[in-house]
Amino acid sequence: MSITIEQRRQHRLMTIEKSLSTRHRKERRFRRLGLAAVIVGMTLVATLFASILMRGLPAFWQATFYMELYFDPEVIQVEDKPQQASGESQAEFNQRFAAWQTQVGLVNWQSLIDAALQETLDEEIEPRQLRDLRALLSSNERFTLRNKFVEDPSLLGQTIEVKMLASANVDVWIKGNIDRDLADARQQLSAQTRAWADQLYDAGVIRNAFSTSLFLNTDSRSAPASAGLAGAFMGSLFMMVIVIALSVPLGVASAVYLEEFAPKNRLTDIIEININNLAAVPSIVFGLLGASIFIGYLGLPLSAPLVGGLVLTLMTLPTIIIATRASLRSIPPSIRQAALGIGASKVQTVFHHVLPIALPGILTGSILGVAQALGETAPLLLIGMNAFVANVPSTPFEQSAALPVQIYLWQGNELRNFFEARTSAAIIVLLALMLSLNALAIWLRKKFETRW
Amino acid sequence: MTMNVSKKALGVAIAAALSASVSTAATARETVQIAGSSTVLPFSSIVAEEFGNTYSQFNTPVVGSGGSGGGLRQFCQGVGENTIDIANSSRAIRGGEVANCNENGVSEILEVMFGYDGIVFASRIDRAEFELTPEYVFKAAAAQVVVDGELVDNPYTRWSDVDSSLPDQEIVLVIPASNHGTREVFEEKVIHIGCESVAEVEGDACNNLRGDGRIVEIAGDYTETLARLDAQADAVGVFGLSFYDQNRDRLQVATVDGVSPSLETIGSGEYPVSRPLFFYVKGEHLDVIPGLAEYTEFFLNEMVSGYGSLLEDAGLIPMDEEERGQVLEQFQARTVVSPE
Repeated sequence: MSITIEQRRQHRLMTIEKSLSTRHRKERRFRRLGLAAVIVGMTLVATLFASILMRGLPAFWQATFYMELYFDPEVIQVEDKPQQASGESQAEFNQRFAAWQTQVGLVNWQSLIDAALQETLDEEIEPRQLRDLRALLSSNERFTLRNKFVEDPSLLGQTIEVKMLASANVDVWIKGNIDRDLADARQQLSAQTRAWADQLYDAGVIRNAFSTSLFLNTDSRSAPASAGLAGAFMGSLFMMVIVIALSVPLGVASAVYLEEFAPKNRLTDIIEININNLAAVPSIVFGLLGASIFIGYLGLPLSAPLVGGLVLTLMTLPTIIIATRASLRSIPPSIRQAALGIGASKVQTVFHHVLPIALPGILTGSILGVAQALGETAPLLLIGMNAFVANVPSTPFEQSAALPVQIYLWQGNELRNFFEARTSAAIIVLLALMLSLNALAIWLRKKFETRW
Repeated sequence: MTMNVSKKALGVAIAAALSASVSTAATARETVQIAGSSTVLPFSSIVAEEFGNTYSQFNTPVVGSGGSGGGLRQFCQGVGENTIDIANSSRAIRGGEVANCNENGVSEILEVMFGYDGIVFASRIDRAEFELTPEYVFKAAAAQVVVDGELVDNPYTRWSDVDSSLPDQEIVLVIPASNHGTREVFEEKVIHIGCESVAEVEGDACNNLRGDGRIVEIAGDYTETLARLDAQADAVGVFGLSFYDQNRDRLQVATVDGVSPSLETIGSGEYPVSRPLFFYVKGEHLDVIPGLAEYTEFFLNEMVSGYGSLLEDAGLIPMDEEERGQVLEQFQARTVVSPE
């Protein structure tokens, strides 16, 4: 009898040990799998970031000329800049000023640049070499010069040091983004231009300076070296303002109503299901909708941040509603019961007690929704925001590009050697914006978080 | 109480948004809006920028893409401020498109031709060189070819099967999809001519390209074609001359009928695969949108699109003086394109 008990005990112990080791093994396996998943994910993200940073960072510095330029009075033969005389009406003055501007515009500014380059190179250039010479500088610097003069006509007759962008191909050549050993026929620049570029780089006339044009200029095709993100940035900013102004109040209001006030019946169930469905609709569908309703039916302008903002609002709304509802639902009923118990009305309960506690969740959800909208490209392509726009929009009604669309456009630019780096630089700028938005979301949550 | 206030605020916000949209519809658009061919886009954008820099009283026109077909479709949507003013096109407008335009109230379609563009075959620089003819390309690309006097499904898998003079390399041809005007030129100037050398295939059958994955259609830009060549080293791509020209360090160009494409050989007509480039101006908008007429005339200026101009630097093959004069005259006389 005692033996069988002892045997049973032994047997039971063995079973337990066996199953215990299986369970431990399972646990170890699961932990390792989890760790492996995290490592794979992190490696992929790290590779992505590293490749973008490696390609994009050099584009923040750009080949730039620092040279002396003489505002030759023989070339700039214009009248004095008009001043508004007393008794002269604004319209009259504007007309006089416009006439003066036209006169300034007709000055051969390019010849000033040519002269300055010859001076710097200390060489007499024959007319047939002018083409090679002009290939050194970004072609729209003559307009920069003109604008400088319009602002300050006292420059006439002076020699000042100017900072001018080298052409995109010179930038590519100096950075070694094109194989320097390729035959002449395969190079973008002539042998003469390349020799000059090297000479000027060694002399310190061409330097790799921080590229302010990347941030201050709009997109450019005639002078790719000066292409920048200013227009796209303003377009995205306008869209985000519209998205925040429309989707946050609408989203929060509908979530509060659905969660706290609406009766629970068939209809609200259907609404809830459809909001979830809406959140899963591919963004390009919103673009199609926006194109046909906002542009086709309401007659809003093409390529405008206003329409972009409205389309992105539609896309962001369900995200915000769902996040807000989840955050409201996570508040313990005791808070509501306590408020109601001391005689608060339903509205008072919601606005004085529930919403403040739910605020961090709502803010996080909204900011993540807006960050997602900031990076959205597909719907914008359908409402004509992939157009080439060379103005910085001053209102949301004007045509504009947007940051993600600008990345798409540069990615498609035919001057690959220059724009591959420029595209990655634009991606870095967009990612930096996104990361700061996400950081803001985390900070807000930490600041307002209530611990139970 | 609080609820009422928020309801009111909501109502005010919606009303404000609506009234804002109505008021924009009422104000006049002041910027010329252009869309269409991605071949014309670089040229058009350069002119737009120069135009904005030169004329301080006008805004810089906005240039969208979408392919020749897409641009003309937008152009023909109707007359009004939320329709485009100019459609860029790398082919002439079709009769059907003119009819569609007229139906929607766009009856004053003004055609402006501004130069020529060459279409080139290019392969990766680290691969073999190609010396093509329309016949070789047709034989490599067609769905059906003649072998031993019989019409059979295309059996060729390597270029050397097509002709022994070609490199022993897998046949992969990357061509523009049908939303591009370039496709039409590729079919007309290469495939159809190659087809003529094969008596057994006629008419529409000429357009049947093989569907076994050796022909890759690209709906996007030439950069997508280039990316395809990066992925499939053996592929031969169809590009515009200006794109090839700016990426000569990565691409090598094939000769067609023994002629290498260049500004000179295309300008003289020696290189066979070239086409005129156009844009179409909506006559109804000429007196409404500021700068539309000026932009068109600026485009046709010799300094802008003639020999030695910025556009020539960008790869456009300019028209001669006489042709340019004619086009300008026709535009100024407002000669309208008829449906035929």
